[in-house]
Amino acid sequence: MNQRAPIEEQIDLPFVESLRISFQSLKIRFGRSIITTAGITLGIAFLVSVWTNNEIELALQESGRSSEITGLDEAAEQGISTKDIWLIIMSLIVCVVGIANSMLMAVTERFREIGTMKCLGALDGFVVRLFLLESGFQGFAGALIGALIGLLGAVVLGLKNYGLDLFFYFPLLPAQPENGPFQLGVLLLILLGCILGMILAIIGSSFPAWRAAKLPPAEAMRTEV
Amino acid sequence: MSDIVVKTEDVVKEYRMGSNVLRALDGINIEIQRGEYISLMGPSGSGKSTLFNMIGALDRPTEGQVYIDGQNMSNLSQRQIAAFRCHRVGYIFQSYNLLNVRTAHGNVTLPMIFAGIPDKQRNEKAEKLLDMVGLGDRMYHLPDELSGGQRQRVAIARALANDPSIVLADEPTANLDTITGREIIDLIKQLNTQQGVTVISATHDLKMLDVSDRIVDIRDGLVERIRNRDEIEIEVGEVGGHE
Ligand SMILES: Nc1ncnc2c1ncn2[C@@H]1O[C@H](COP(=O)(O)OP(=O)(O)OP(=O)(O)O)[C@@H](O)[C@H]1O
Ligand SMILES: [Mg+2]
Repeated sequence: MNQRAPIEEQIDLPFVESLRISFQSLKIRFGRSIITTAGITLGIAFLVSVWTNNEIELALQESGRSSEITGLDEAAEQGISTKDIWLIIMSLIVCVVGIANSMLMAVTERFREIGTMKCLGALDGFVVRLFLLESGFQGFAGALIGALIGLLGAVVLGLKNYGLDLFFYFPLLPAQPENGPFQLGVLLLILLGCILGMILAIIGSSFPAWRAAKLPPAEAMRTEV
Repeated sequence: MSDIVVKTEDVVKEYRMGSNVLRALDGINIEIQRGEYISLMGPSGSGKSTLFNMIGALDRPTEGQVYIDGQNMSNLSQRQIAAFRCHRVGYIFQSYNLLNVRTAHGNVTLPMIFAGIPDKQRNEKAEKLLDMVGLGDRMYHLPDELSGGQRQRVAIARALANDPSIVLADEPTANLDTITGREIIDLIKQLNTQQGVTVISATHDLKMLDVSDRIVDIRDGLVERIRNRDEIEIEVGEVGGHE
């Protein structure tokens, strides 16, 4: 034992080690990981279904079909109604709060684990990276599934309202109608939903993880949940 | 010159809770020799765990200095503190503090991963250590699948992963029955005598008395007295038997 030597500097872990540790952690806590991921899925599903539904309505209004079918002429002239805007904003808030909350809970449960890892020689940066990786995977998987579920929901609703016409005018790609608001298109919406879900998951988890990593291990380990 | 591993100089620790200040340590001065087995004893709330945290660099003192191997801990960088925790100290806790997501083997390899030890080497070392603590046949079980005594054995194996010169144990037997506790104490004592590891253990457990070289009695955040082995031998007779 060469313990008289001056204390050296802790090394950084190779990326693959972090990757391996984070995967292992997700795998073994599978049940809990699924619940956290489900939180992300729900938020994004809600968001994407509301947005897609809105896009579908706009597209059909544009094509003149919507008023024919529903008989609401004013709606066709107004484009997006106040009610729709409200719904869109609400869905965004529900999504942000829901995801942030489920990530925060998942990290708070693990303060003790964070403290313990620091006792064993983990650097603060390693702890943050671990949570970044884990929440990145969860965010991506959860958001993708959520976006697909949301799309499915909006399509089912659209079929109910407009029948098979829906597919004829389906707003898949971005479009700029002459007299109406710009339409993102469903493909972009799904992409946006996935990115948003992933970013929210990463922020929602890394920020509390960073705060826990900054704590002296004694304090992190005291936290009871 | 004697070989001092741990030295504390007027260590004070205050906890602030709102406008209240609680002085958990009120100026602790102790010196611990290399290879000693030290027990910190004292009533609940006297400051044992707080002192444990100061010596193990798990928290910072409000005032005063802690020297380990002659190094002033307050002068270390973050990276040095992480390396210190990784290489020089092995921690053992009352509630084991194993990572539930890793097997016994995975818990023991983790400090070696942080130390940058290659795959094959650390796996072999973990197997060897788990064998040594008597868990050769439970290596790939998760902590949830182990008994309290077995978990504490895993924790001991993990504490030894990077050949620390100091083992810090905070009430390692408090959650265990008398016989299991005795086994754990014997195991820690064995490290102390056979490998020359310095052991510093906070405890209420009188079974610890007869393996300790010195006992530091803590009361209200102060060192009340320090007893040597020969002074305690008489008392041990009264508590040596099993319940
Ligand atoms: N993080 C904290 N915040 C506030 N007060 C604390 C904190 N940690 C410890 N204390 C207080 O400091 C004092 C000493 O606590 P400590 O945990 O060191 O006692 P102890 O001797 O280990 O007791 P026990 O034998 O019960 O483990 C106690 O009064 C405790 O309430
Ligand atoms: Mg204590």
